[in-house]
Amino acid sequence: MLGYLTKRLISLTLSLAVASLVIFAVVEIAPGDPAAYMLGINAQPDTLAALRSELGLDQPKAQRYLSWVTGMLTGDFGTSYTYRAPVAQMIAERLWISLPLALYALALAALIAFPAGILAAARRGRPADLAVMAGTQLGVAIPNFWFAMLLVLLFAIKLRVMPSGGFPGWDEPLDALKSLTLPAVALALPQAAILARILRSSLIDALGEDYIRTARAKGLTRWQALRRHGLRNALIPVLTILGLQFSFLLAGAIIIEQVFYLPGLGRLIFQAISQRDLIVVESVVMLLVFAVIVVNFLTDLAYAAVDPRLRR
Amino acid sequence: MKPTLLLGAALTALFLAAAALSFLWTPGDVQAMNIAGRLQPPGLDTLLGTDHFGRDILSMLMVGARTSIAVALVAVGIGAGLGVPLGLTAAATRGSLLDETISRANDLVFAFPSLVIAILITAIFGPSALNAILAIGIFNIPVFARLSRGAALSLWKRDFILAARVAGKSRTRISAEHILPNILNLLIVQGTIQFSLGILAEAGLSYVGLGAQPPTPSWGRMLADAQTMVAIAPHVALIPGATIVLMVLGLNLLGDGLRDHLDPRLKVLRT
Repeated sequence: MLGYLTKRLISLTLSLAVASLVIFAVVEIAPGDPAAYMLGINAQPDTLAALRSELGLDQPKAQRYLSWVTGMLTGDFGTSYTYRAPVAQMIAERLWISLPLALYALALAALIAFPAGILAAARRGRPADLAVMAGTQLGVAIPNFWFAMLLVLLFAIKLRVMPSGGFPGWDEPLDALKSLTLPAVALALPQAAILARILRSSLIDALGEDYIRTARAKGLTRWQALRRHGLRNALIPVLTILGLQFSFLLAGAIIIEQVFYLPGLGRLIFQAISQRDLIVVESVVMLLVFAVIVVNFLTDLAYAAVDPRLRR
Repeated sequence: MKPTLLLGAALTALFLAAAALSFLWTPGDVQAMNIAGRLQPPGLDTLLGTDHFGRDILSMLMVGARTSIAVALVAVGIGAGLGVPLGLTAAATRGSLLDETISRANDLVFAFPSLVIAILITAIFGPSALNAILAIGIFNIPVFARLSRGAALSLWKRDFILAARVAGKSRTRISAEHILPNILNLLIVQGTIQFSLGILAEAGLSYVGLGAQPPTPSWGRMLADAQTMVAIAPHVALIPGATIVLMVLGLNLLGDGLRDHLDPRLKVLRT
């Protein structure tokens, strides 16, 4: 396990290094001088030069890359070009909305997918299975931001039981949770559909195995065999997908936040793009990619911890 | 043939035909504004109603289908065009440094969701339909590369490939002449799935303003425009959204149906 861990850690570090290099290089070729953008068209050349050196824009590219990366490692993401505020602080504030939203959606997705997937596998080929499968077909075909609009139309405009958007802040925990509920449901729907399908097919595979027959021969009912032996074995691929989904939920939150006017990472990054605040774009993108890579790494580890054959 | 496959094929054909027809004829003019006739509900004059500028929604959907289909189709082309040769090369040189490099690069690209790629590209070049194509296309590359590598690897162990090697064919020729035709079914099925994901991704990107720009009609932007009007005229949001669902559903049914139809082994396993 230790050897495997070291190998995976090296590959993790390498992936992160290459990803950061790619992001830095891409943003580097973006046209436009941030300093000129900040000062406007009437800027004096010496003011411009002073600002450029203050922002570190006059340093060689390699040095700027290194200071960006080492800064991030110590929690210093630089200073926003437009707001003159530390980027780390801006991201942290927004993350307090996007992260709970993604986790909320992940929990909802699992809560919907598990009963649905288990039911479908247990009642394979019968009406309940067909209904679940039809539901998942629809679930993966519906754009989540449109589903979000439908939810607003129904629960906020017609029934008036939910807020249509905005965020009251975490000082009011119940209101905050309430305003994240519709976005989380919208985000969760397609993920729940995917998860339910994978759980179903993985359970059906497990149910065909010899150990299930042995369990049945021992006198367990179909349901007992499924619960005690099938589910455990079916869970491994499901966990991998759950890990993958978390990163997609975090990225997907960016779009859903637009529907509900939530001041999360999405709003931050779209504002930053329109204001050419590239250091914010760079850092938020790095954060999202970091999340994907690290979550995948953790899933691989969990996978290997459960299944020794994968440690090779 | 299963009814779901037929339904999927019919829905897909319907949207392709509507997009093709829009080059020749649309019921209304997608550029003409008619403020007096804005936000009309579906009816006899305008089959699916009008939007906030009084433009005919059916016509906009037909022209918007062109954008969606073009973006998703070219993105599948980029993904398959680059991904399949990469995957085949990796499989042909299994275990080599090249294989390792390709696989690691795939993992890396996989860590960038298409939305994140779109954000990066837009930050540099500004928003456009081309960005959406690039973002979704880049995202498709590792999908096709992984699929073709995996499928090719199992083929390389087969006797007929061994026979071809004994006959003196190069790895490149074997990949092109024997491996590729044998994984084509898989690629077609995956292509259909990526096509439908591309339609969804394009809608999402243009909804947040990273895709096709006005005045090019696009389904995602129709929904973005509809958002503030959903309370007074729900049809401006309901109709484009339902259109996306039908197109994606059709492609998914087509993909699933094709998989069962093209691979008889699966059918035996399932029954």
